[in-house]
Amino acid sequence: MGPLVDPFVDNEFMLRALGAGVLVSLCCAVVGTYVVLRGLAFIGDALAHGVLPGVAIAAILGLPVIAGAAAGAAVMIGGVGLVTRRTRLSGDSAIGLLFVGLLALGVLIVSAADSLTGDLEAILFGEFLGVDSADVWFQVVTTLSVALVAAWSARPFLLLCLDPEQAAAMGYRVAVHHRVMLALVAATIVASFQTVGALLVFGMLLAPAGTGALVSRRVGSMMAVAAAVGVFATYLGLLASYHFAWAASAAVVVVAVGIFFVVFAVKGAVRGTGQ
Amino acid sequence: MSATVTARRLTVGYGSQIVLDGVDAHVPPGAAVALVGSNGSGKSTLLKTVAGLVPPLSGGIEVLGAPPGRRGRDVAYLSQHRSTALALPLRVIDVVRTARFDHRSRFARRTPDDDRAVTEAMERLEITGLAERAYSSLSGGQRQRVHLAQIIARGASLLLLDEPTAALDAPGRALYMEALRAERARGAAVITATHDLGEATECDRIMLVARRVVADGPPAEVLTPDNLLETFGLGLSRVGDRLVVTEHLHDHHGHDDHHDHHGYHDGRDDHHQH
Repeated sequence: MGPLVDPFVDNEFMLRALGAGVLVSLCCAVVGTYVVLRGLAFIGDALAHGVLPGVAIAAILGLPVIAGAAAGAAVMIGGVGLVTRRTRLSGDSAIGLLFVGLLALGVLIVSAADSLTGDLEAILFGEFLGVDSADVWFQVVTTLSVALVAAWSARPFLLLCLDPEQAAAMGYRVAVHHRVMLALVAATIVASFQTVGALLVFGMLLAPAGTGALVSRRVGSMMAVAAAVGVFATYLGLLASYHFAWAASAAVVVVAVGIFFVVFAVKGAVRGTGQ
Repeated sequence: MSATVTARRLTVGYGSQIVLDGVDAHVPPGAAVALVGSNGSGKSTLLKTVAGLVPPLSGGIEVLGAPPGRRGRDVAYLSQHRSTALALPLRVIDVVRTARFDHRSRFARRTPDDDRAVTEAMERLEITGLAERAYSSLSGGQRQRVHLAQIIARGASLLLLDEPTAALDAPGRALYMEALRAERARGAAVITATHDLGEATECDRIMLVARRVVADGPPAEVLTPDNLLETFGLGLSRVGDRLVVTEHLHDHHGHDDHHDHHGYHDGRDDHHQH
């Protein structure tokens, strides 16, 4: 069937990678939309990097790395909340502090444990072509859970993005919904980091949703565009990785970010022509 | 007549910091009260306390017969910070429709009542023609009309409005005043925090605040030169026979500062906006 399809038909690992990538894209489209609209990019980035020490400790102790990543995300969210409540530091400062601290701690642990040195690259950049069936099923469960919670919370989430004070005055529990939103970001990162890696999962959260924001006039269509961009970037990135021996997760994220800038440029050109 | 809002020796603030002290109020249905004061005088904090966003520090307050925050569906609150949503991919009509989110169960579709309330509110603020436009493409004044339509569409018993005429041009202000009269006519009480003395004189009662209640009563009784000087201090200047509020306003998003000039004739029976 040709070079565009054969790699996925002839190689089971490529098909599994495509399946996992599509699920990551769907999950990131839903959650990334709120990350972009609510301005949660910094905490999202911090969460993506803050899982490192948890993952490293879990690997040393022989525990599931997913559990370690979840613990790392919980420490990050709890730590940011604690610092902002107990000090006069802004949320950004608290996030930055935890972000750098946890990342440095992760690097320290990995460098001190000889057995992990080889795994550092896998933690940071993922093992797109090495995902197994269990990873895919875990991603299926996470994606479905995220979609359900996002659908349940769609109205309060929209009000939270529009005007949190007004949402609170209407009787919505803003603090609870904010935490739910952060939990969805954490769940997406934890579930996706094995596929695209701790460093690059953030790209899949932001680039497709950012592209959606450029062309959409409704939140639902923004999510749909983000999902389409994410799925297409996964396909194209994996294909390029197969034919040119590029790092798979990096190729996928580069394509996703590239699409954002192409759409950005085309939109600017169209606007310029219209004036 | 049962009150929409009742406050007794109410103190509001944040944590241990008192922002406004000694508030007594009785707001019946259909009444309009203007909270007038300079920045930091406590008017926005008082409004937030009534809305249930900030817990009272001491004293008593009841809103629609319950503690603040318990009757959210019957309250419409217009906050001062409304410009963070520019990245939202929403049409104007979608923004106004959010006003009815708490009028139906979580997954229920819009009812004819919801659609009617939204349509009428948009007509009153004359933004029907903007319905399909992207919210982010609107000017500041147009956006303010959208948020006022959102407030009207709630069909609430109590309207709490923080600087509602900010960014509105003269036709926009006229539409807002007309919409407010209609809301009051159907029995809704209105509490407005404002710097605009012209807008305040449209209300039944004015409460001048400067971290305490300086004066409270009908506009003609309250708006005396002494009260205004006590409320605004150096922010109020005498120009000929008139008192002019020349307060430096700051919004809380770091936007450009602007001067707000409101004129007020020195005399109880002859006042108007400059």
